[in-house]
Amino acid sequence: MSDSTLSSVRATEDQMLPGGWELIVGLEVHVELATRTKLFSGSPNRFGDEPNTNIDPVTLALPGALPVLNRQAVELAMRIGVALNCRIQPCIFHRKNYFYPDMPKAYQISQYDIPLNADGHLDLPSGVRIGVERAHLEEDTGKSTHVGGATGRIHGSDYSLIDFNRAGVSLVEIVSRPDIRTSEQAREYAAELRAIVAAIGASDAKMEEGSMRVDANVSVHKPGTPFGTRCEIKNVNSIRALGRAIDYEARRQIDVIESGGTIRQETRHWDDAEGRTHTLRVKEDADDYRYFPEPDLVPLDPGNDWIEAVRASLPPLPAARRAMLQELTGYDPQSEAVIVAVERGQHGYVKSIADAGGDPVRALIYVTQAFADAGENPTVPPADIAALTLLERDGKLSATQAKTILADIVANGGGDAAAIAAAKGFEAMDNSAVEAMVDEAIAADPDAWAKYCAGEEKAAGAIVGRVMKASKGKADGKVVSAIMQSRRG
Amino acid sequence: MANADNPRTEAPISEADVAKVARLARLDIDDAHVHQFTEQLAKVLAHFRDIDALDLSAVAPMTQPYPLVNVMREDVELPTLDTDEVLAAAPEAEERRFRVPPIIGLDD
Amino acid sequence: MATVPTTASAIAEAVASGRVTAREVLEQHLAAIDAREGEIHAFNLVTAEIARARADGIDADVRAGRPVGPLAGVPVAVKDNLCTRGVETTCSSQILRGWKPPYDATVITRLHGAGAVIVGKTNLDEFAMGSSTENSAFGATRNPLDTSRVPGGSSGGSAAAVAAGFSPVSLGSDTGGSIRQPAAMCGIVGVKPTYGTVSRFGLVAYASSLDQIGPFAVTVDDAALLTEVISGRDANDSTSIPAPPMSLRASVGAGVAGMRIGRVTDLPGGAEPEVEAALEAAFASLRAAGAEIVDVRLPSLSYALTAYYLIAPAEASSNLARFDGVRDGLRVGAADTNAMYGATRAAGFGDEVQRRIMLGTYALSAGYYDAYYGKALKVRRLIADDFARAYSEVDAILTPTSPVVAFRFGEKADDPMSMYLCDIYTIPTNLAGHPAMSVPFGTGAHGMPVGIQVLAPALGEQAMFRVGGALEASAGGAA
Repeated sequence: MSDSTLSSVRATEDQMLPGGWELIVGLEVHVELATRTKLFSGSPNRFGDEPNTNIDPVTLALPGALPVLNRQAVELAMRIGVALNCRIQPCIFHRKNYFYPDMPKAYQISQYDIPLNADGHLDLPSGVRIGVERAHLEEDTGKSTHVGGATGRIHGSDYSLIDFNRAGVSLVEIVSRPDIRTSEQAREYAAELRAIVAAIGASDAKMEEGSMRVDANVSVHKPGTPFGTRCEIKNVNSIRALGRAIDYEARRQIDVIESGGTIRQETRHWDDAEGRTHTLRVKEDADDYRYFPEPDLVPLDPGNDWIEAVRASLPPLPAARRAMLQELTGYDPQSEAVIVAVERGQHGYVKSIADAGGDPVRALIYVTQAFADAGENPTVPPADIAALTLLERDGKLSATQAKTILADIVANGGGDAAAIAAAKGFEAMDNSAVEAMVDEAIAADPDAWAKYCAGEEKAAGAIVGRVMKASKGKADGKVVSAIMQSRRG
Repeated sequence: MANADNPRTEAPISEADVAKVARLARLDIDDAHVHQFTEQLAKVLAHFRDIDALDLSAVAPMTQPYPLVNVMREDVELPTLDTDEVLAAAPEAEERRFRVPPIIGLDD
Repeated sequence: MATVPTTASAIAEAVASGRVTAREVLEQHLAAIDAREGEIHAFNLVTAEIARARADGIDADVRAGRPVGPLAGVPVAVKDNLCTRGVETTCSSQILRGWKPPYDATVITRLHGAGAVIVGKTNLDEFAMGSSTENSAFGATRNPLDTSRVPGGSSGGSAAAVAAGFSPVSLGSDTGGSIRQPAAMCGIVGVKPTYGTVSRFGLVAYASSLDQIGPFAVTVDDAALLTEVISGRDANDSTSIPAPPMSLRASVGAGVAGMRIGRVTDLPGGAEPEVEAALEAAFASLRAAGAEIVDVRLPSLSYALTAYYLIAPAEASSNLARFDGVRDGLRVGAADTNAMYGATRAAGFGDEVQRRIMLGTYALSAGYYDAYYGKALKVRRLIADDFARAYSEVDAILTPTSPVVAFRFGEKADDPMSMYLCDIYTIPTNLAGHPAMSVPFGTGAHGMPVGIQVLAPALGEQAMFRVGGALEASAGGAA
């Protein structure tokens, strides 16, 4: 993290905090790579296994064990580098020395002055470009559980238990430049980064499982003056929490400064339940990691051929996928349906339904509604879904009927929508039949009708419900509403 | 890798330096050892003054004895160690985990 | 009982042909151990029963006509910093006492594959830090040629085992001379191969960029045989050079006619007069055998010792940080983890190890990296460049192995710097990553043997063994 380097990015008027303060945020994001094995050994990389089962001499730092670099981890790290527009360069590994019981060697193999990926950027969907200083390879630590004491936290615990399953798992640490000016931008950055690494298959990036971890470096200053002292906020376990933590921390820092205090450089812990940060550790000169080149590994020089092969193999990134769906459906790229389809990697499936002659908007809606667990490439033939979209679009099925048939097709891995509709006795009701049903419903519930006519829109529900019940769901809700409105006059 | 502008080695090592280094290295040494190590390290470091006379500005540091590059393994699972056997060799274990005293002054 | 040959190659041949059994070979060596081990203390552990089972297995193979390896039935002692599966591996340190590795070092696997019979784990200076084997937590090893004297170090146990006839060959590790210097002091052959030719997997690291495993033997030919067996690419060591095992034995008797041998005109002084005289005699014998002696300069050599005593401790301070009382080995209980670390490490490491950890931690710490470690890496480059220039002129270089012959116990124990100076001629090769070997040549003060060091460029082992073979052939006359 380059601290007091002045960034050229300025907050706009409406992004400034009260009192003329400007927020400065840089994010350090760790993602666990989706490799089968660890970064430097052949133990499985699997979340949730029994404690201390995915261990080997390298993981446990047994005397005499030596690291050997995982090629796939390098490949996935390069994918991240390409996706973030980084320069991918010849690099070496360093040892970062510190004692901690979850770090078996008492050093972490990481990258120091020459990372694999450097000087990239990420464009936020809102249009702001955030610099990416570096994205380097390093290994994860084990996990500590703190036992006893009142809180179950590290302070006041009686002892700790260590599980080394996660120790040595491949990580890429992505360090942004301090270009972020609002908590909203921070959330946008984290969400977009998560979407990117998932889209390129580099990581499942699940914040709740810890396969993506976001630390925020937060400071405030008055524009035109040097950056303020920053605090590093840890334990942010969701994108929503990231925004809350930054907002809280900015307010806290401003309060401290405005009441005459100064900000200490420290690491602070976000407590989501309490909605506040508190001091974890004051950064002192004692932070002496004694970095030196790792003598057990040799330099890594990916070379142009490998870099170009990675570039060529990269699928379209989320921004391109969203643009494609926008083009196809006219939906805003930031709309929920577009974001969900892209996050799930089902944009291509939506497109293939449209290509099979389906209605694009309904294709998008169906996919977001019914394919949550289907993965990137659902097995249901796109043509089957396309046929269904047309039946609904052309008024041959009500939305409710279409939804029933969709569930049926998904459950059976495919099916002829028209045939299923016929088998279920679904048919398009002509409007005169619906009109008769509406009239019957009005007669059956004059109170509701009176209220509706008096302008109480909620009262319509009782009438619509009667029509739906009478038609066994065949009546189109939109048609029913239109008839009711014309009757009301 | 700070202090690049003054990489000279004239300052003799002090007992305070030695005590600080001992903390960094997690070695609980007594005052007698601090005193002894200070003298001995000062002697060894004194030899380093020879090197101060050399102009090394154009010399690239040598970080590996044989020029290999891109040594990698395939992403293939290999056998793991037996958990019970490993934990049996541990000073203290509990619930299939390694047990350590409370972690204070180290938190992160 | 049939007569057991003395060299490893002859033993292997006799065992493979059925003239003697591996068991007979083993029992004879175990008897030698019984007779003198109490006095010498070459071993931390003699694994007699495991060895007997192994020897019987080889004999069964021979009887059944199954193929046996090039070291069939050859007893081998191995330094106690090489991991042996299920067999205590201590590095002669309290901190590792009782630790049984769950795996074999690659060199152990290769020895087994070649039919060798491992007879025990040999004593060393704790974590290979020392030049006399006095820094062992389990007591010093004595020089079999004069038990009032040190065997050299740090692989003193492996050197003494061969010199005492406990095994015809042994393995040690060499970070700054830890094979060659004790070989010289015990009057045997010791080889440090090119960095990367022998896998370090399973060698408990002292200084990763300098450590290399190599053999001790009575003869140059046996040293070549052992080097052939243990060399070759290993996927478990990223610094392992992708090359097949070396072919060296043919070079031993090939002679030096036409070779150009370097004499270092600016070699740092300080060697005992008898050592200087032995070096001159060695040059004379090579010249007589048809080699040309060529003057070379290695101006940076005078900085080698200083650079080494920053690089090696720096790497060691990091390599030995894993001994923290969490997963295995010693733990000294304390109220919190940080206090446990400090108490465990202070109790578990001896003074010399602590001294080097301190030195290395200091050299890497904030504010000093550029002044110390960074500069030492640059000096390392200067030394490698000096050698590269020299090797454009010559095929090999000759120097003494050690400036002194084996000294008395305690003579240098109180002054780290005078002990460090024992390695002044061996250290440059480790910094350059090149091969070197020590061949006994003549006698020095107090009747103790002198070793002559043959240095060669990276992967220049064949040239090195030619010169070593020629020195051995003429050493009879010089002694």
